[in-house]
Amino acid sequence: MQQGELISAIATAPGESGIGIIRISGKGAVDLAKRCFVPFSGKNISEYAPRQAVYGKVTGIDGQLIDEAICIIMPAPHSYTCEDVVEIQSHGGSVALREILELTYKLGARAAERGEFTKRAFLNGRLDLTQAQAVMDVIQAPTKASLKLATGHLSGHFSGKIREMRNDILALIAHLEASIDFPEDDIEDVAISETKAKAAELQGKIQKMLKSAHTGKILREGLKTAIIGKPNAGKSSIMNLLLREQRAIVTDVAGTTRDSIEETVNIGGVPLVLIDTAGIRETDDVVEKIGVERAKEYIDKASLILAVFDSSRRLDHEDEEIAELIRGNQVIALLNKSDLQAETSCDDVNALLASQNASDESIDNNLGISTIQVSAANGEGLEALEKAIQDIAYEGNNQEETADFVNDSRQAELLRQAEEFLQTATDTIESGMSEDFIVIDLRSAWEKLGEITGETVGEDIIDQIFKNFCLGK
Amino acid sequence: MYIAGEYDIIVIGAGHAGVEAALAAARMGCNTLLSTLSMDNIAMMPCNPSVGGPAKGHLVRELDALGGQMGINADKTCIQFRMLNTGKGPAVHALRAQADKKHYQFSMKETCENTENLDVKQLLIEDVLVENGKVKGVVTEDEETYLCKAVILASGTYLSGRIIIGEKTYDGGPNGQRAAQKLSDSLKKLGVRLMRFKTGTPARVDSRTLDYDKMQIQPGDDEARNFSFMSDIKTREQTPCYLTYTNEETHKIIRDNIHRAPMANGIIKGIGPRYCPSIETKIVRFPDKERHQLFIEPEGLHTNEMYVQGMSTSLPMDVQVAFLHTIPGLENAKVMRAGYAIEYDCLDPMQLKPTLELKAIDGFFSAGQSNGTSGYEEAAAQGIMAGINAACKLQGKEPVILKRSEAYIGVLIDDLVTKGTNEPYRVMTSRAEYRLILRQDNADQRLTPIGRRVGLVSDERWARFTKKKENIDKAIEALKGTILNPNVETLKLLADHDLCEIKTSISLFDLLKRENVDYEKLSTAFELPELNAEEREQVEITSNYEGYIRRQLDQVAHMEKLESKRIPEDIDYMDVPNLRDEAREKLADIRPVSLGQAGRISGVSPADVSVLMVYLEAKKREKEAAE
Repeated sequence: MQQGELISAIATAPGESGIGIIRISGKGAVDLAKRCFVPFSGKNISEYAPRQAVYGKVTGIDGQLIDEAICIIMPAPHSYTCEDVVEIQSHGGSVALREILELTYKLGARAAERGEFTKRAFLNGRLDLTQAQAVMDVIQAPTKASLKLATGHLSGHFSGKIREMRNDILALIAHLEASIDFPEDDIEDVAISETKAKAAELQGKIQKMLKSAHTGKILREGLKTAIIGKPNAGKSSIMNLLLREQRAIVTDVAGTTRDSIEETVNIGGVPLVLIDTAGIRETDDVVEKIGVERAKEYIDKASLILAVFDSSRRLDHEDEEIAELIRGNQVIALLNKSDLQAETSCDDVNALLASQNASDESIDNNLGISTIQVSAANGEGLEALEKAIQDIAYEGNNQEETADFVNDSRQAELLRQAEEFLQTATDTIESGMSEDFIVIDLRSAWEKLGEITGETVGEDIIDQIFKNFCLGK
Repeated sequence: MYIAGEYDIIVIGAGHAGVEAALAAARMGCNTLLSTLSMDNIAMMPCNPSVGGPAKGHLVRELDALGGQMGINADKTCIQFRMLNTGKGPAVHALRAQADKKHYQFSMKETCENTENLDVKQLLIEDVLVENGKVKGVVTEDEETYLCKAVILASGTYLSGRIIIGEKTYDGGPNGQRAAQKLSDSLKKLGVRLMRFKTGTPARVDSRTLDYDKMQIQPGDDEARNFSFMSDIKTREQTPCYLTYTNEETHKIIRDNIHRAPMANGIIKGIGPRYCPSIETKIVRFPDKERHQLFIEPEGLHTNEMYVQGMSTSLPMDVQVAFLHTIPGLENAKVMRAGYAIEYDCLDPMQLKPTLELKAIDGFFSAGQSNGTSGYEEAAAQGIMAGINAACKLQGKEPVILKRSEAYIGVLIDDLVTKGTNEPYRVMTSRAEYRLILRQDNADQRLTPIGRRVGLVSDERWARFTKKKENIDKAIEALKGTILNPNVETLKLLADHDLCEIKTSISLFDLLKRENVDYEKLSTAFELPELNAEEREQVEITSNYEGYIRRQLDQVAHMEKLESKRIPEDIDYMDVPNLRDEAREKLADIRPVSLGQAGRISGVSPADVSVLMVYLEAKKREKEAAE
């Protein structure tokens, strides 16, 4: 049987639930599973019998753990779509589920259209004739809604930006195409160096938008935060301070395979997901009682580390150990107990963290570490902490323009692909290939951006050629 | 009713579309009549004296690969050849030739007159006879009736043609020809939807009155080139063209008289082509452009008429003469023929099937400018397809519909019948999404097998083609099969032959991709099949652009799935649930032949195509269940 293009989607209903399923169908589904799922048994997922539930972990392209999950491979034709199907069961409604979906895109799947699995099931004979009408309902019903989505979901400003970039690319394409289609006409030569510069400029713009995708994601899904510090540095009082200050508790998810509790607090408009609040409450000395390994695990899971130091005591080897642990992470250092007599200053902490960072040149120092004096007892320094968290979340993106942030993984993926094609165009130029090939890459980038705004290829290129150039015999 | 004759196929009009249609039909064994308004004007070039160029040259090569005549005729009669775009990538290399107009015409006339199964007659057709939705024959102005099974309309710009020069207008075809006035009415009565288009041509000036010292000479290529895969012409006398420019004075005269231009005074209502604007349009639309280039081109070896390319106009004669005299080299130019605009009727091509047969009238085909295109090459390309498909229909064979991934001809016809056109349509390389595959160098590889299948490719052409293909395949096999290892011996061999060093194992096929390596050079060092220049080019392109070509082939394979899903001709779109109203309307009007074509109709969304796909599958199963 001929298999369709590889598609993937979250198959379970959106919202909070215990389990969420990602379904992947089509040519290459099994390969995709092999590339992102590692069974805990140490075997390769493809060695298991068909339709066997396998427990293991999903890892990103960089090898980092995304989530623990169950993976089932259903080879053609014994699957819903009659194609090779892979299902990955992870935690419902979780960030991890969306991360896994994004990963499948990166590994070559495209977002499934509405009703596409069902359509394939029908076309491949899985569903009988009586279900044809239902299948067509599924395909078409959301079209009106998704049309609205395509236009309504995109803020005017966001789609305006995309259109602007498309127009820029279109101008480049039109010039190249005009010179190809009208070689004897009097049009100025295409300055390849300018094309290259423009492509680089557009790439920069897309990168900036993708960064806003990061912000959009933080705003949508929260920033995973671990509070780390030596015993009695005041981790739990800091946590309590944050929890007291919260304006809304968003979720309270108890995981199914891991015994941890996450609590979300809103700090200056940024949702912080505090990891293992229960653990901190119980012990307040993660490093001492649970051990360094566990602390390390928290740090790996977190996108932000709040490192708590005690200003009323001198920095000691435990603090050094912590500084060593958090190396290379996004860190906000909190010098707690500012209400007491100071034995340690911000400079001391900065120096400690800087020396740890400097010892390894491979670590990106741009991660920037700022130390803030706080008092969990009287709330001093909370404002500065809020500001620091906002800076991290917005990363230079304008806080006023939240509506323009890329906030959809499909959009982000298309942007990423467009950027990649611009890079290919640059490579093509650099390798001395001719106009014809440069146009191919630019057209691809232009089409990818068009997919975001839902604009299809029409007469645009030809219209542009005649608008910009005086051509013809 | 006087029955003057009976044919399988009657072709109305003997321009570039008509002759290719008639030759194809006759060569495929149909008893064919080619009718023309004037026996002296078969394959006339009423506008520019050239053939080819980007995308147009591709069409000529494809036409030739299928077994058409234009390429062979051009090779025989053209007086200058240039390969354009040589620096811009192999897919857009484009051959362009200057024709000797009269020689071209007479040579084509000779071919037509001497083709078996083909009668050529001077007739003015005024009526097409249709009975029960089926073509029956045609009636001439002299009330002769010719019966036939299929008609191919190739009426060019003659349908209700009207000539416009300044404030003057009169009925007529191009170049002082008669127009076909009554045929338009006959078509309208048959329910055919017509559009009104416009085009134009510049003045011709007397070569003896030009000062070529003030212009730049534009010679042809040193190397002899040919359109046809069958031509072996190695040397050819090349006649030059000349380049000159308009200037501020020219523009001032035009601006001062713009109120007398028919496009400004409202006389012209037809829509003209954007890529072929008149000089007055250029000046109005691009007021900041300081000069426009003009090519002075010979109309033939035995005439003093020179074509002023770039100067198309319908301004009054006094203005034409005045502005021509402002141009360097043309100060004393004597005008031999005036520039003019022509308005004409043409069919809305969305009424056609991809076979170029009208959906509403069985056996009625149409090709060329009467389908709203412009250009000799576009016309000829449609002509051969209409001829092939009319013959296939009569012979009960499968029609030939070229895909967008298969030929520029496919792009051209698919655009016309799927999207229609609101200006005279010109083919362009930028219209082709898979142009790396649609190169002019591989037109034979793409299409000659198809031409052979329908019976247009002669044994001689077929033998030549298969030999070339074998040689190329053998060479590629040898290149891929020879793996070099970086040992002392091999490195010395490479160095001795001025070939680049290698660091790891590599096949000759991949080595060929490197800079400064070509097949000839490799042949000096390694045992490889001997190839001629054309074959070498094929092999080198296959190797050098392998990655890009594969990428496009992947895209084609993806598209092919929808392309191969045929929609039954009798589908009732009212019966398909869940289609959006706009899509239903468009689909019912255009009646696409495949899901691929359906998806290219503006207003039909991917979801509509999915719905259609499910519907077709359901119908198929219902039918199977019933049987």
